[in-house]
Amino acid sequence: MAMQASSIKKGETLIDTALTLNAMHPDLLVVRHPQSGAVDLLAQKVNCAVLNAGDGRHEHPTQALLDALTIRRAKGRLHRLNIAICGDIAHSRVARSNILLLGKMENRVRLVGPPTLVPAGFADFGVEVYDNMREGLQDVDVVMMLRLQRERMDGGFIPSEREYYHRYGLDADKLSHAKPDAIVMHPGPMNRGVEIDGDIADDINRSVIQEQVEMGVAVRMAAMDLLVRNHSGAQQDALAGSTAPGTLA
Amino acid sequence: MLLQNARLIDPEAGTETHGWVHLSDGVITAVGSTEEAPQGADKVVDCRGKCLAPGIVDIGVKVCEPGERHKESYASAGRAAAAGGVTTIVTRPDTDPVIDSPETLEFVARRAASDAAINVLHMAALTKGRQGREMAEIGFLLDAGAVAFSDCDAVVTNTKVLTRALTYARSLDALVMLHPQEPVLSAGAVATSGKFASLRGLPAVSSMAERMGLDRDIALVEMTGARVHFDQITTARALPALDRAKRNGLDVTAGVSLHHLTLNELDIADYRTFFKLKPPLRSEDDRQAVIAALRDGLIDIISSMHTPQDEESKRLPFEEAASGAVALETLLPAALRLVHSGDLSLPQLFRALSLNPARRLGLDSGRLAVGAPGDLVLFDPDVPFVLDRAKLLSKSKNTPFDGARMQGRVLSTLVGGTCIFGEL
Repeated sequence: MAMQASSIKKGETLIDTALTLNAMHPDLLVVRHPQSGAVDLLAQKVNCAVLNAGDGRHEHPTQALLDALTIRRAKGRLHRLNIAICGDIAHSRVARSNILLLGKMENRVRLVGPPTLVPAGFADFGVEVYDNMREGLQDVDVVMMLRLQRERMDGGFIPSEREYYHRYGLDADKLSHAKPDAIVMHPGPMNRGVEIDGDIADDINRSVIQEQVEMGVAVRMAAMDLLVRNHSGAQQDALAGSTAPGTLA
Repeated sequence: MLLQNARLIDPEAGTETHGWVHLSDGVITAVGSTEEAPQGADKVVDCRGKCLAPGIVDIGVKVCEPGERHKESYASAGRAAAAGGVTTIVTRPDTDPVIDSPETLEFVARRAASDAAINVLHMAALTKGRQGREMAEIGFLLDAGAVAFSDCDAVVTNTKVLTRALTYARSLDALVMLHPQEPVLSAGAVATSGKFASLRGLPAVSSMAERMGLDRDIALVEMTGARVHFDQITTARALPALDRAKRNGLDVTAGVSLHHLTLNELDIADYRTFFKLKPPLRSEDDRQAVIAALRDGLIDIISSMHTPQDEESKRLPFEEAASGAVALETLLPAALRLVHSGDLSLPQLFRALSLNPARRLGLDSGRLAVGAPGDLVLFDPDVPFVLDRAKLLSKSKNTPFDGARMQGRVLSTLVGGTCIFGEL
């Protein structure tokens, strides 16, 4: 259900929408919302499992999981890798979830982007910050590109798209600084010619972008299955409790 | 009336002594410690060794009349203030409609006089509609009783307009309250930039925006000679500029809200909107620097920045939720945290809560001295309790201290020698 098609358009608050949906007794709600923390707020008000499908610029957990699966399949492991996350970090929920997950798995995570798109405090997350893309990509195993989120920009983070592409767009020359077997990732949708060169995106030897999409289906199926099963299990336990001997009238 | 066996908190002398206070016709007529109390008082009250201090003077209280009486009325604000040991409130003009004309000021003054037992003074807007385009009728508003002029959190961006308003206010010797903040840099921000805001993905502003706003305003004070109070100084970076301005002899004072003294940005945790304030909560380093500045007297005044909001305006995603918190009733108990932590002495605390704000406004109150009005608060600084927001007397319950452990409670509040809260 899109927000435009929901009663939020008619002035209904997020919490009321949550309560309405909750009254339909769903097993699971999958929620994406343009504001950070909104999914957390909604989850407090419903009884079913809630899967965060992206809230503002906060988190996108299933994207991080599917990226992890893709990396593990390509690299054979998910630890002690050099991983560069490049581009519009500031507006990216994908970046935050990946920093948390990849950091937890003991990888060396680098953030590469213009300083206007890598905001204050990121250097404290146990990551290395680079504003020179060639230096940032030196000897990395994984190059993770992010979409330039032009719709979230309220003026002047970068001078122009062509300058951005020149300095931070992934092309063959910049990629040559990474390890020869480095893989290229992108959470999609891509702006070809803005953050990534079309030829790199389509290079079947380097790009795992299509595989990310494929893994996305598997990871999200697994996440939904797990949540629904856990939740209905809990409900059955509750049901069993209420029908325990002695409690029946 | 004789209040005896009390621990007298005298912010003027900076002392805590055991003694008594004698009141007559609503005014303090004698204060003593070792000397014999005067005989023949019509009523003698044993304070049982509890603290007696000058009542709190709170600059910058939002009462939502006119416009949003369901959030806070003069009656409910008056009760909440009395329960918090606040004997004088100075209200903000950021109501709907804005208090920017003598007519609206007269309306709220009448409402306050009929509904609130505490002293109520009013601020009026500095510019019409708080729009920052034309100055308000400062002269008429002064005549109608305005004690200060402020556009509250609506910073006047046009420096020409602000310069003229300050110059005009100067000619009438009117006090102006400014909100130091660079408005363009801080537009849209709901948190202070740093690790916390980045991790939570919240639009944030550098604490430098406060310094930039303050620098500009100080330059305008230097240019115009206006008397200015900065409502909230909340960051370490702003303090050197404030210090310089004071040492250069400018007529400036500074305040800080209770919440910025007792909470930091990490308290926002998982997007708790009751912690959404303006300016946003700061880092712990900033909080410590501001406490030190308060102790040193660089920051003069603590205020509640009482801002009632209904449940609907807070039950929203963090970015959309309204800013502000109620604090009249929690002002003293929460501020006592700074005493219990050893950061401030009781006289230092009451210097910032009572004496300095009264002085800034030219009031007689805020002192335990002969001739001062009998505006007093009797409190037990040690009694522990857990705050339950449902029990607040404010119509709005948006306090960040719900469920918080507090130490210290108001027992009685006197205004003009009359007990308006508790029993004597």
